[in-house]
Amino acid sequence: MSAGDVALSIKNVSHQFGETGEAQYVRALSDTSLDVARGELLCLIGPSGCGKSTLLNVIGGLLAPTNGTVEVSGRPLRGPIPRDIAFVFQEHALFPWNTVIENVRLGMLFQGVPQAERDKRAKRSLEAVGLADFANHYPGQLSGGMRQRAALARALSLETGILLMDEPFGALDEQTRMILGEDLSVLLSRTEKTIVFVTHSLGEAVFLADRVAVFSARPGTIKKIIRVDEPHPRKPGFVTSEKFTALRNELYALLHDEIRKAVLESAHGGTA
Amino acid sequence: MARRDRARRLASRAVQIGFLLALFLLWYLATNVWGVNKLLLPNPISVWRQFVDVLRSGAFLPDLRVTASEFAAAFVLATTSGTIVGYFISRSRYFTRVFEPLLAGIFSIPIILFLPLYVLFFGLGPASKIALGTTISFFPIALATIAGFANVDRALVAAARSMGASNYQLFRYVLLPAALPVIMGGLRIGFTIALLSILGSETIASLAGLGHHIVELAEDMEMSRMFAYIVFVVAMVALLNFAVSYLEARGRRHQ
Repeated sequence: MSAGDVALSIKNVSHQFGETGEAQYVRALSDTSLDVARGELLCLIGPSGCGKSTLLNVIGGLLAPTNGTVEVSGRPLRGPIPRDIAFVFQEHALFPWNTVIENVRLGMLFQGVPQAERDKRAKRSLEAVGLADFANHYPGQLSGGMRQRAALARALSLETGILLMDEPFGALDEQTRMILGEDLSVLLSRTEKTIVFVTHSLGEAVFLADRVAVFSARPGTIKKIIRVDEPHPRKPGFVTSEKFTALRNELYALLHDEIRKAVLESAHGGTA
Repeated sequence: MARRDRARRLASRAVQIGFLLALFLLWYLATNVWGVNKLLLPNPISVWRQFVDVLRSGAFLPDLRVTASEFAAAFVLATTSGTIVGYFISRSRYFTRVFEPLLAGIFSIPIILFLPLYVLFFGLGPASKIALGTTISFFPIALATIAGFANVDRALVAAARSMGASNYQLFRYVLLPAALPVIMGGLRIGFTIALLSILGSETIASLAGLGHHIVELAEDMEMSRMFAYIVFVVAMVALLNFAVSYLEARGRRHQ
């Protein structure tokens, strides 16, 4: 990977919550380094509490790491850079008092996009996620899957080079997840965005990712990176292929021990 | 489904109206048939005549003006001070931890007991009523403002920040709309108890106002006219409450 192809460069990042000796002291992330190529979809997977969401918040500039640096296109990161990085959160984080299209427009308003441009982009991104007919609904009137589509539309409308997704389908049922995953793969293969995607689901990771970074139990760091050589958009048939099963099994073997460790630790240590 | 809901709503309305009619009937029977002393309970028909006379003659106007202006001043003062103080307390977790229980504690005291002090400080006129009404309604408004702003979903704040919202934009588009329904609840309570404490303190120690006039009529033993004034106040308050409910319903129609 030459320097120009690196969208995100994570260098020796560690993070702890609280100070040594305090009750809420947690070493969430330990000495993690990783490069993310431009246009790549990277999945972070690991046991609960392994620091993958912490790493995502660090990359997004929402959290300043205790140690280490993050570079975005070669420039060191200090706080959120909304022009380059957009977020999709676990709990959709749509404003319940705004309609779907108002939610999408609001993100662009925060960025200072002119009015006419806001309207155009909002319509386009809602069409892209298949929500054009629900533009004037309130989030409370939508199903969980549709809310996540709306949240995705809001993130897409910001037209950033980098998209960070924190278990965006975590609260959804298996079937909705599957459909959203397929649609996402189609959508993202068109946009050439760099994406970091946190997930708990082995299948989701293999189905979506170009590379999967497997985290160890807390304090988390990257244990192994697995490459998924399969062109985007991924076809539904990929799920039933031998290649998919083999990769999924490899991930399962890597994760199994770490999840046991994490469960044991939380049973003894009490910091869940 | 909607039809059955409407039928059920109509049925409960009918029972409510029936209950009120039954009360009136009891009142009528008590005074006209069972012979309850007219000084204790005046006849509903003579109360109605007095009520019509009060409305026609406009005799209520000077007292209504006093009470209404006291109430308006108290409510505006309490709303401004309560929301501003509440907002600034809610901005700091330390202040919230320290002052929220303190304000809640003071709110639980019957502040009306301090009326003699208020009269000493501010005199028998409207000033003491305004001061008392402001004090009493300040607390629920400040407490609701703290609760509203302190409990904004952090995911929404993080989302707005990640999209580059400025401090002003965060307030205008996230914090304020999130807190508003809770603040409205506090305003509602403040509204009711400001009115209650002002009318109440007018009956205890005052120079003018609807409460004052009602006590005056009682002392002159003009029971029918006193009841007519009570009916008038109840009608005014019901009207105000209806207006507030309507505004509130409009405000939260979209949620």
